[in-house]
Amino acid sequence: MTDLQDLAVTTGAPGLPGGDVSSSESLGLEAKPLSPSRLAWRRFRRHKLAMLSSVILILITVLCVFAPLFTKYGPNQLIRVNGVKFALQHPQHGHWFGTNERANDMWSNVLYGGRVSLAVGITVALASTAFGTVVGVLAGYYGGWLDDVLMRITDLFLAIPFLIALILLTDLPASQPWAQTIIGPSHSVRSIIFIIAILFWMPVARILRGLVLSLKEKEFVEAARAAGASNARIMLRHLVPNCTGQIIINTTLAVAAAIVTEAALSFLGKGVDIFTPTWGNLLGNNQGFLESNPALVLAPGFAIVITVVCVNFIGDGLRDAFDPKQLSV
Amino acid sequence: MAIDAETLEEQPEPAAGDAVLEIRNLEVTFKTEDGMVSAVRGLDLDVRADEVLGIVGESGSGKSVSMLAVLGLLPPTATITGSAKFRGLELIGRKQKELQPIRGAKIAMIFQDPLTALNPVHRVGVQIIEAIKAHNPDMSNRDAYNRALELLELVGIPRPRVRIDQYPHEYSGGMRQRAMIAMMMANDPDVLIADEPTTALDVTIQAQILELVKNVQERTHTAVVFITHDLGVIARIADRVQVMYAGRTAEVGDVETLFSGSKHPYTRGLLSSLPALAGRTGKLQPIAGAPPSMLHPPPGCAFHPRCPMAQVLCTQEQPPLRAIGAPQQLSACHFADQVPDTRPGT
Repeated sequence: MTDLQDLAVTTGAPGLPGGDVSSSESLGLEAKPLSPSRLAWRRFRRHKLAMLSSVILILITVLCVFAPLFTKYGPNQLIRVNGVKFALQHPQHGHWFGTNERANDMWSNVLYGGRVSLAVGITVALASTAFGTVVGVLAGYYGGWLDDVLMRITDLFLAIPFLIALILLTDLPASQPWAQTIIGPSHSVRSIIFIIAILFWMPVARILRGLVLSLKEKEFVEAARAAGASNARIMLRHLVPNCTGQIIINTTLAVAAAIVTEAALSFLGKGVDIFTPTWGNLLGNNQGFLESNPALVLAPGFAIVITVVCVNFIGDGLRDAFDPKQLSV
Repeated sequence: MAIDAETLEEQPEPAAGDAVLEIRNLEVTFKTEDGMVSAVRGLDLDVRADEVLGIVGESGSGKSVSMLAVLGLLPPTATITGSAKFRGLELIGRKQKELQPIRGAKIAMIFQDPLTALNPVHRVGVQIIEAIKAHNPDMSNRDAYNRALELLELVGIPRPRVRIDQYPHEYSGGMRQRAMIAMMMANDPDVLIADEPTTALDVTIQAQILELVKNVQERTHTAVVFITHDLGVIARIADRVQVMYAGRTAEVGDVETLFSGSKHPYTRGLLSSLPALAGRTGKLQPIAGAPPSMLHPPPGCAFHPRCPMAQVLCTQEQPPLRAIGAPQQLSACHFADQVPDTRPGT
């Protein structure tokens, strides 16, 4: 046996039966333990498009968040040249995207507008995913009447015509004081975030419910219960961490969808009030100048498109990273 | 039924200790679309301190279900009646919350498939520490970590300092079952229920895990309930054996007694269908027929349709479990005294 063991060590033959496990296994064990998230990060890094998108998105975010460092004008600052309003200018040095009819610098408007658009997108995604996760995990884990009630409510929300509900809800706080106390004044950023979020959580709830339904039959859940774990512990420590991949993917895709939704609402004049720059508002406010000053429309338009495309590519990359078995199409 | 309980109690207690887990007249019924399925029909079972009790039976004989019922781990579709006392404490009819301090701390359970019994997203060490802290919330992280290391050493995991930080997918099947055992031994339970822990493993690993369970039992003096359908496994590990058929006890006794002087035709049938024993005649002797449907269990003795010794009485009356043969041996057969002393086939 000793000869065989020595042989196993010198030749690196794995797992000779009867040989001490440590001697044959020590070969590959010096590396750091590979956590599921580390493995996912490894696969994500191989996804070139997603990596490129991440870089672009980080760049956009930095530009927006630190907007004052990249522009000397405020978004609503009147620009005068020799005492004359410098309105509807074409792109030029100092005003990369030109100026609009109110003589505001468009570059600074796009940057400051991005702050609101990104904030709406990210907040809506986080809030709706969190809420949807809670609903889905509770429904899937407990099943029975709670599942029925929660899933019928989910169905109900899915049956609501999305855009019409959005538009109606945005005006609600103006007429209903109770709505104003809950979601803030009409057309405030807060109210828009709230309204989009309550129409965004349903897909996540459904996905998480399905995932939990299959996960809760796994033996590690039964083992946890046999070890004396409470329901809350099983959900928080065992079920939710196993759904991390899906939760992250859905959050990412919800960011893109929320940005588009906010832009659509604002474009229709039903979003954030028109004097606050958002990418949707900039599109809506300047739509009349598409022919005379195309930069005024193209700049916020491309900002939306580039951001959304990047976010979606990142979502794709994350999906591949967390679910390597699924073939990327 | 009362007779069964009395007969069991009349048995002199072994020196090893009192019963830590006493199951009396346990019945488990599942409501299904086809009707009521009685999975366990009046089971009496004693687990004594510091022993390995083997429970043998075919699939569907109620081995696992009765143990899950004791821990309250069955789905709500199950109706459970009877009594299961852990050190005098009634467990049946308790709320989930009341059972949580028992599970894992007093009675622990390991399962069949080690590949899925560990949570894939947490490090093995974290899961063991969690099991420790679930019942010792005041223990410091350092102490819990050291205890986890100790446990990994106890179950023979090489290089525990490296292994403790690894994820389940970096463990082999046998190691995962070892880690499960470590997790379940974390709180020094009085009873460890092992539900076919070796079925999903290949034969060499199976032998190692059996050795490990035996070893851990000898060092910790935890009572072990070993559920299996493999008599070979029972012979290697158990001190006492309880043979189950169709949700009831067929025979109970010391492992040597049952293997050499069984007083129940079902146990006889199981033994003679073992390849090692049948080797002498050159031919396997399976038990004729199939296990009964628990939707409509046969009247009288559930084994009578397959029993070579069956008589009219067997189709009418359920045989009580009564003392016969060797000390501590109980058999539920009307004609237990007529079961031939020599093994069939020799």
